[in-house]
Amino acid sequence: MPGTRHRPLPALVALGLAGLLALMVALSVGSVSMSLQELWAVLLGRGNALHDTLVFSLRAPRALSAFATGGLLALAGALMQVLLRNPLADPYVLGISGGAAVGALLAMLLGLGTVLVSGSAFTGALLSTVLVFGLAQGRGSWTPTRLLLTGVVIAAGWGAVITFMLTLSPTEKLPGMLYWLMGDLSYADSPQVAWLVLVPAVLLTLPLGRSLNVLARGPLQAAALGVAVKPLEWGVYGLASLLTAVAVTTAGSVGFVGLIVPHMLRLVLGNDQRIILPASVLAGGALLTFADTLARTLMAPEQLPVGVITALLGVPTFLFLLYRSR
Amino acid sequence: MSVLEARELVVDIPGRQGGDPLTARILPGQRWGVLGPNGAGKTSLLHTLAGLRPPRSGTVLVDGEPLASLRRRTLAQTLAVVFQERQDSFPATVLETVLIGRHPFLSPWQREGADDVRLAHQALDALSLSTLKDRLVSTLSGGERQRVAIATALTQQPGVWLADEPTNHLDLHHQVAVMELLHQQAEAGAGVFLCLHDLNLAARWCDHILLLYPDGELCFGPADTMLVPEALERLYDQSLSVVTVNGKPVFVPT
Repeated sequence: MPGTRHRPLPALVALGLAGLLALMVALSVGSVSMSLQELWAVLLGRGNALHDTLVFSLRAPRALSAFATGGLLALAGALMQVLLRNPLADPYVLGISGGAAVGALLAMLLGLGTVLVSGSAFTGALLSTVLVFGLAQGRGSWTPTRLLLTGVVIAAGWGAVITFMLTLSPTEKLPGMLYWLMGDLSYADSPQVAWLVLVPAVLLTLPLGRSLNVLARGPLQAAALGVAVKPLEWGVYGLASLLTAVAVTTAGSVGFVGLIVPHMLRLVLGNDQRIILPASVLAGGALLTFADTLARTLMAPEQLPVGVITALLGVPTFLFLLYRSR
Repeated sequence: MSVLEARELVVDIPGRQGGDPLTARILPGQRWGVLGPNGAGKTSLLHTLAGLRPPRSGTVLVDGEPLASLRRRTLAQTLAVVFQERQDSFPATVLETVLIGRHPFLSPWQREGADDVRLAHQALDALSLSTLKDRLVSTLSGGERQRVAIATALTQQPGVWLADEPTNHLDLHHQVAVMELLHQQAEAGAGVFLCLHDLNLAARWCDHILLLYPDGELCFGPADTMLVPEALERLYDQSLSVVTVNGKPVFVPT
């Protein structure tokens, strides 16, 4: 928007470069580290066999999964915050991750394989979305507060189910379950689905940016300025839910990316959704890629769940922002 | 030039049965004032006329087209609403907020152009907000925010203004300035429809008055026939004294 505090394009370019850098680092760091020249050679198809395997079979799928998951979560978070007109909303606030977790843990309890765990998580996420959608609709009247309350209560319900399942689970299955709950990219070796959802979602939300700016000023004001409020709100809710479901299916419930990334960007770039939405995707992707690189190298050969890193980075950053905003 | 018309319109107010149907046309150049006690349904009437809440019965038309058949975007190119309450959960500057008034005129991929920014600056000037343009709206006083809302509607260049207590929170000078601005808009061909609490502003600036009683009874007509003490005393259940200043009645509660 002309007259805003910052030029949008340089910020987006800078975030894009940060994303590329995070991906390069993710590809070259690990048990066998590579120099930039060596990585370059691999990318040009002139690397040695070990490096080729490391980059193309192990690191690239995982790094691309991390980037897409971070982008999905940050975009979903930014959308939820506008939809609920609540700066504290995140992709999980409406209980989607809880539903997904119950689905995933159930599959793990039954000893099903990775693909079925993902499928079950996705089913749980969609089930939770439909449940919250249906209950918040009530008998017609729909308000962000009602949606938020319904979501929070459903999330609390899922929380209880999760604890119950953990209590019942045999000890040898607990570590895998806990890793899943904290967010973990160790098994995220097929980034295709996440990217196939992320790219169209970004293209879809770009032209909606100004309408979302108007919606942030309340539904009546938005309607008076020509926004078809109900279709936009339901569309945003459906899209944010889908993004979250795909992210959770890819990497478990990775915390804080969806909450803090849009916030940090708003503090720096202002609140024009036309900039915040694409910027969130780039920054979320870069952050999660970077955090995942830390997660698998900090205590190597031990792997930390990436959710621990994002939370360790996220909690102090968020508290600092909150403290400063008063 | 647009005409806002109500045909047999009954506003849907929860808990109130019946209510007189309203059939009226707000023509270009007219300045309507709606008067009534708290809870009489002034805001509900305004929102119904703006198509923001469905009527219990009857229709609202803009230039002969029922609101229900118009896209919101098309309607927003003609009709602007100034709300009594506003949400600003997210930070935005005064200029950004006022530019939002151009939303109905821009396609999804279009960004605000030089003309839009010029209109926004003109609106800021008209409401003496230019020096505040880079301030965050959340840091402004109530009266300043009210002027931002009016400037946003002005940026919309509406043919019909629906304003809910546009002088709320304003100091005396800005009350007069805003009413004068709306007067100019009417002279330039806009229809103006205001909910007001201040009888004297209504008496001085409105040429049509609509009285809205708590039980849903309503009556309207040219200002001089409506602003009679007996009717107003019954409306507000409050006895009034009338003095004449500059040829206009001034009502004082006694």
